[in-house]
Amino acid sequence: MKIDRLALCGNWILARFPLAKVWNEHMTHYYAPRNFNFWYFFGSLALLMLVNQFVTGILLTMNYKPDAKLAFDSVEYIMRDVHWGWLIRYMHSTGASAFFIIIYLHMFRGLMYGSFKQPRELIWIFGMLLFVCLMAEAFMGYLLPWGQMSYWGAQVIISLFSAIPVIGDDLSLWVRGDYVVSDATLNRFFAFHVISVPLVLVMLVFLHIVALHEVGSNNPDGIEIKKYKDENGIPLDGIPFHPYYTVKDIVGVAVFLIFFATVIFYMPEMGGYFLEHANFIPADSMKTPEHIAPVWYFTPFYAILRAIPDKFAGVIGMGGAIVVLFLLPWLDRNPVKSIRYRSGIYKKALLLLVISFIGLGYLGTQPATPELTLFARIFTAIYFGFFLLMPIYTRWEKTKPVPQRVTEQHSFEEQLHTLEEQLPALLDEMTELKPATTSEIGDPAFKGSFFSRRPNAEGILNVMTRAAKKLKESLD
Amino acid sequence: MTNEGVDNSKRQFLTSALTVVGAVGTGYLAVPFLAQMQPSVKAMAAGAPVEVDISKIEAGQLIRVAWRGKPVWILNRTPEVIATLKTLDSQLRDPLSQESIQPDYSKNPVRSIKPEIFVAVGLCTHLGCSPTFRPEIAPNDLGGKWKGGFFCPCHGSWFDLAGRVYQGVPAPTNLEIPPYRYITDTLIIVGETTGEKTA
Repeated sequence: MKIDRLALCGNWILARFPLAKVWNEHMTHYYAPRNFNFWYFFGSLALLMLVNQFVTGILLTMNYKPDAKLAFDSVEYIMRDVHWGWLIRYMHSTGASAFFIIIYLHMFRGLMYGSFKQPRELIWIFGMLLFVCLMAEAFMGYLLPWGQMSYWGAQVIISLFSAIPVIGDDLSLWVRGDYVVSDATLNRFFAFHVISVPLVLVMLVFLHIVALHEVGSNNPDGIEIKKYKDENGIPLDGIPFHPYYTVKDIVGVAVFLIFFATVIFYMPEMGGYFLEHANFIPADSMKTPEHIAPVWYFTPFYAILRAIPDKFAGVIGMGGAIVVLFLLPWLDRNPVKSIRYRSGIYKKALLLLVISFIGLGYLGTQPATPELTLFARIFTAIYFGFFLLMPIYTRWEKTKPVPQRVTEQHSFEEQLHTLEEQLPALLDEMTELKPATTSEIGDPAFKGSFFSRRPNAEGILNVMTRAAKKLKESLD
Repeated sequence: MTNEGVDNSKRQFLTSALTVVGAVGTGYLAVPFLAQMQPSVKAMAAGAPVEVDISKIEAGQLIRVAWRGKPVWILNRTPEVIATLKTLDSQLRDPLSQESIQPDYSKNPVRSIKPEIFVAVGLCTHLGCSPTFRPEIAPNDLGGKWKGGFFCPCHGSWFDLAGRVYQGVPAPTNLEIPPYRYITDTLIIVGETTGEKTA
């Protein structure tokens, strides 16, 4: 009887709202390739982080005061006097950094498996717009604690606008709302950070997913699963997103949360990378800190800005580093999507890009000495080289034949099993017996145990050389 | 619904007219919405001139005062510093201050009214950090070419002790000099030129 009532109530809603239709289209009858690997966790993790930022952000606004006189103290009040305030604030600040780690890995996945290529160009564009919005959101959020880094970081970034010829000075004045970064700036950044940009982010996430579900997900083999369908029109290599990938993603979420919680509880400042030390000093418009650097997720672009010794060209270089990413679908001329079937040229180019991006990220956190600036210039050249030379080098590529159907990869268990078999031999090679001391002789626990051996430098080197060779083989 | 007897050109005209009226209306509404982000009347009115007693500044000492929320430096330069300034011209981008912002009475090689008292807005012309005062000669971190000056820690711009920018650094122009005048020999007022307020 009760069940019937419930069913009736359900039907009443279904007759008025397309709940079942949307659920089916995007969950139980959305077929995703069955060969997703761990790189495919980062999309759903990004969504999780968005929710985290929304929930903790709303809670923070309940005690935060967007006023130049009160802001710094209100953040300290949240940290010390609000019940669990420290947890909510650390979830929000660590969440911002985690969000960027996830997004960078998500973008790298796209670069590896060619997820930006035809027919997924628009997904990539929406994704890049999301990235730009996220940077704006993070930048404006960083002003709110009103510490020294907040203040001077905002001063520098807003001054970037003044490099634009003719309208630059008026534009930066309009953005600041005052002649220097001040209460007016703080108040409007609060409005943007809490209302405008989050709304745009949600709309873009919606567009990103709608565009994705229209063409279907790419996969590590970079082939279209919609080419081969069974008699019901279901892709042969597809499995329903729910329950298969919802359950798989829950595992990804669980693993991620272990790392996330570890950072929140044990290293919320991450040695000054997630929350910079200078930001624990209230903003002082008279004095710039000795060494200023943006938060880590901006440092690659910041290093490009500093590497170019001209104000306008530097700003162009910094903006260009983001604009080239938008153009990626049209720069890569190779129709083969996945890195598995592409040539060594692309693999090496991608490796160089990763090295230069991480290198720039590191240099952006360091003071600008002449030697480091030279490195930053080299990395900047490599970064732009990867994108701008793409139309040339992707034409030369000797690609491997692309399979028609998704391939079987060695499962994780199998790989673990092989490693387990090889481990004793590897340990033998990497260590050597050490002569036992008198007290140890006769101790049965000692004989033949791991503790009777010591590291052998030559053996370790041999093993590492072989591993490196194997890695190179797998890339070629 | 049928489309019989419909005057298509009239329909087209009405659609266009509505679009134009809507666009113009949106344009008018955009003006107040965008203009409210300009500095408010109060912010524009703030920025009263600041009086500074310079009698206590020792030779080689720099003090900072706030004017319009910006740091303003007042530096008492020694005769050696002034002598050094004259030797730097070849390393500077704009030694005669042709492109920078300063009142006419400061548009000279030492960029001040009296050579020993240097007044400047302490914000780098690159991206607005406040450079550090580094009067020492050839310190370890800046190298042998350093003759004393202002070093911007943010992006590595170099200025001499007259706020003139070196070549090959990101900052495009010399530091800004605010309007100021001497009331007496030991009292200056920043933000005013001739008793009347300047913009």
